[in-house]
Formats: sequence, structure tokens, C-alpha cells
Amino acid sequence: MRLITAIIQPHRLEEVKKELYAADVNLITVSEALGHGRQFGIDEFYRGVKETGNLLRKIRIDIAVNEAFEERTVAAIIKGARTGKIGDGKIFVTDLKRCIRIRTGEEGSRAIG
Amino acid sequence: MNQPLPISAGDTAWVLICAGLVMLMTPALAFFYGGMVRRKNILAILMKCFACLGIILLAWAIYGYSLAFGRGNGFIGNFQWAFLNGVGTAPEPAYAPTIPHCAFMIFQAMFAVITPAVIIGSLVERIKFSAFLVFSLLWLTLVYIPICHMVWSADGWLRGMGVLDFAGGCVVEINCGVAGLVSALILGKRIGLTRPTLHNLPFVVLGGGLLWFGWLGFNAGSALAANGVAANAFVTTNLAAAAAAVSWATVEWLITGKPTMFGTISGVIAGLVAITPACGFVEPWAAMIIGFVVGPLSFFAVSTIKQKFGYDDSLDAFGVHGIGGFWGMIATGIFATTAVNPSGSNGLLLGNMAQLKIQFLAASFTVIYCAAATALIAMAVNKLIGLRVSAEDEIMGLDITQHYERAYTMLE
Repeated sequence: MRLITAIIQPHRLEEVKKELYAADVNLITVSEALGHGRQFGIDEFYRGVKETGNLLRKIRIDIAVNEAFEERTVAAIIKGARTGKIGDGKIFVTDLKRCIRIRTGEEGSRAIG
Repeated sequence: MNQPLPISAGDTAWVLICAGLVMLMTPALAFFYGGMVRRKNILAILMKCFACLGIILLAWAIYGYSLAFGRGNGFIGNFQWAFLNGVGTAPEPAYAPTIPHCAFMIFQAMFAVITPAVIIGSLVERIKFSAFLVFSLLWLTLVYIPICHMVWSADGWLRGMGVLDFAGGCVVEINCGVAGLVSALILGKRIGLTRPTLHNLPFVVLGGGLLWFGWLGFNAGSALAANGVAANAFVTTNLAAAAAAVSWATVEWLITGKPTMFGTISGVIAGLVAITPACGFVEPWAAMIIGFVVGPLSFFAVSTIKQKFGYDDSLDAFGVHGIGGFWGMIATGIFATTAVNPSGSNGLLLGNMAQLKIQFLAASFTVIYCAAATALIAMAVNKLIGLRVSAEDEIMGLDITQHYERAYTMLE
């Protein structure tokens, strides 16, 4: 089992969801995140005083999948999120030790889908 | 040597309070609109509304009031009152014989502020701030002021023809609604919009509620005296707002299965728009009919017509103000009675077909003039400095890219 975490631009969320559905990946968790890469965000001003290094709004997506779904999930996220510009985000894939469905107590691959 | 006209304390107090109420409508509109956009764009709306309070009030004092209400020809005034020269504490009998001239001027100033502010609703989430400033000043000068002069000034040709527009069905509502539609068509649609943008419905309701409150000054203050006509306008304004809130919510309930808060507050505004030209000329029962009719009318405009044609009149300035204002002008021609206001006229129901024709002509003239002039202004500004922000800035949001500020934080 894999946990796929993606940090993407907020305005790409709809596209990413569309690509995931097209790849038959239907279970996702979406949360708001803040972050910046090497560009250190965008300047803001507070009564004439400049502040640099501000965090930009991002969207974080978490998807738990079986190994067979790993590649197509990653490909769908890239297809939906890529604009070619700085700030498109990152995808992290990690091994997933356990997965439990709370309602039934099922574990493992059966609990993911 | 003429005796100076006596000033009425009651009239003056009423008109000054009403000027304050109308002033409140622009910040109210800011929240009404601000809640309807994505949270990355709310400050850009608040900022444009306050920019109207800033630059339009100054322009009104420098040349606007004089061009709108000074004696010129049937279409435009002159510069007799530029820099408020001669607009003092003595009354101006042609407009309001019992209050100081400067009280009438500042009451009218608030109308000039909110009218271009309503247009913001059609341009949100994509117009460049600098372009909006230039656009709104040109629009004030070339559209609002001439229409205001034609309808309300002592020598305006539409007023001379006998048009009834108590508080601005043509001057404010049709004007801003049509300008919104035309400028939205020239500006183009927002990028990649797949869902409604509303981010804070309580702000919309707060702003809408304060608009209702302010509108009582807008309409009842237009009597320019604390008298029976003002009281009638106060009553009709409330009843039309109530009727349209009920009818909009009912139509929604029947068509979609649930009544919504957003629909109810939209109905309130549509009712206030429709009664604006009529409030000082019609009886309370007529105000209820005017309100009941405008609810479904505007609902249909924003839910069906807009979808069908696919224009991005983002927050429905046209559907609510343009459509509602046109209906209000026509309704005035149907229901007006001199029993309410002896200086008005009777409408169609009392056998005066001519009044209905005048109303239709004035409303249609406003649509055509406003559409043509607004199109020219918007295209000129687009050519000179560009109306839209860049695609990158639009995606990032106008608050951070146009103003270097954010409305909300996620972390302390």
C-alpha cells in the first residue's frame, strides 16, 4: 500500500480531481496548506512596511492506494496539476504500513478501495 | 431685493440624515459584493468601493455637481457651480426650496458614488485597479452626469417631457445595470470558472441588510423634505423589498426544492431596485405588486438568461439592477397617481397611456445611450492601459497582486 501526498496550486484542484476520476481513483482527502519554495512567496505590505518570505496558499491531497494504482494516480495528478510554471508543487509517495476502515474494522488492501 | 428663502429645520435634518444613509450604501455594497467572490479577491472589491467614495466625491465637488445640475442645455449642465462655487447655505429653489443648497448637493453626491460602485459587480476578479479608476471617472463624466442632468435637472429634456423617476430608476439602476453588462462583455469571462465563487454568505446578507437600511434614505430622502411624499416612499420601499424577498424565495422553493438565504437577499435588492423610480408616486398596494413581479423577473434573468447567453456579469448587476430598474420605470407609468404626489402624474391605470409611453421612452433611451457610451469608454480604456490583469495575477488573486494585501490568514 502507498500513501500519495501531493501539494498543488489551489486553482488546479478541479483539473486534478477530473484526471483522478478519469483514472478511476475516487477516494481523496483534500486540505488547505501554506508553503513556499525557493521563491519565498510574494511581498505583502502592512501600512507601508514590506514583509517578505510569505507563505502562499496551496492545496494538499492525500490518497491511499494499492500498489497497482500508484503509477496511474501519480500520472493523473501530474496531468491535472502541471502548468509548467514555478509553484506547480510536488508529489510524495510513501509506504503505508496499515489501513483500517473504521466502520467495519477491515484492514489492508480491502480497506483502501 | 428678494427676501432669502426660509430654511426648514425638519427638511434639512431629514435630507442630511438621508445623505448619511446613502453614504452607508457604498460600504454596504462592498460587503454585499465582497462575500460573493473568492476570498482571494474580496479586498479588491472593498478597495474599489472606497475608491469610488474617494475619487467620485472629489470629482463631484470639482465639476460633477455643476455639470449635472447647473443650467446648460437639455443634455448637460455648465460650470456655474464648479468647485462648489455658489453652492452654499442658501436654498436653490429649482431643486429644494427649504434646505441649504449644499445639503442637496451632498445628498446627490452619494448617488453619484454608489452608481459606478454597482458596476464593480460585473468586473470582479479580473479588472485592473488602475483601469477601474480611469473607467469610473470617465463613466461618471460621460454617462452618469448626462443622464442625471437629462432626468433630474431643471432644464433636462427627459424631465421636460414629464418622465417620472423618483429616486433613480434610469439615473442609477438602468444606468449601472446596462453599464455592467456592456463592460463585462468587453472585459470577457474569468479564467477557468467551474463553480460559484461565493465565499462568505453572511457578508452578503450583512451588506444586503445595510443596503435595505440605506435605501430608505435613498428613496424617502429623494422627497427632499420631511413630508407626506417622503413617508409614502418610506412605506412603499419597505413593502416592495419584502414582497420581492418573498416572491424570489418562493420561486426558488418551487423550482429547486429549497428556499435559500442568497435568493432571499437577492430578492430584497431586486425589490428595492424596482421601487426606486416609483416610490414617491405609487400607493402601498402597487408597491407590493411591483415587488412581487420583480422577484421572478430577476430570478429568471440571472438563472436562465445569463446561463443561456454565457456572459460573465459576475455578480448580476444587469440581472438585478438593469432588469429591475427597467421594470420599475414601466411600473411607475402603470401605477403612478397624483393622489400620492400632486407634482407627479397619473399612470395607465388612471387612464393616462401617455405617461407609460414617456416612461418606456426614457428607460429605452437610457439603455441605448448608456450601452453605447459605456462600450466606447471601456474599449478606449482597454486600448490605453488594458482592462484586465495578467492571467497569472488573476489566478493568484487580485488582493495580493493588485494591492499586496490579504483578507484572511490561515496561521497566526
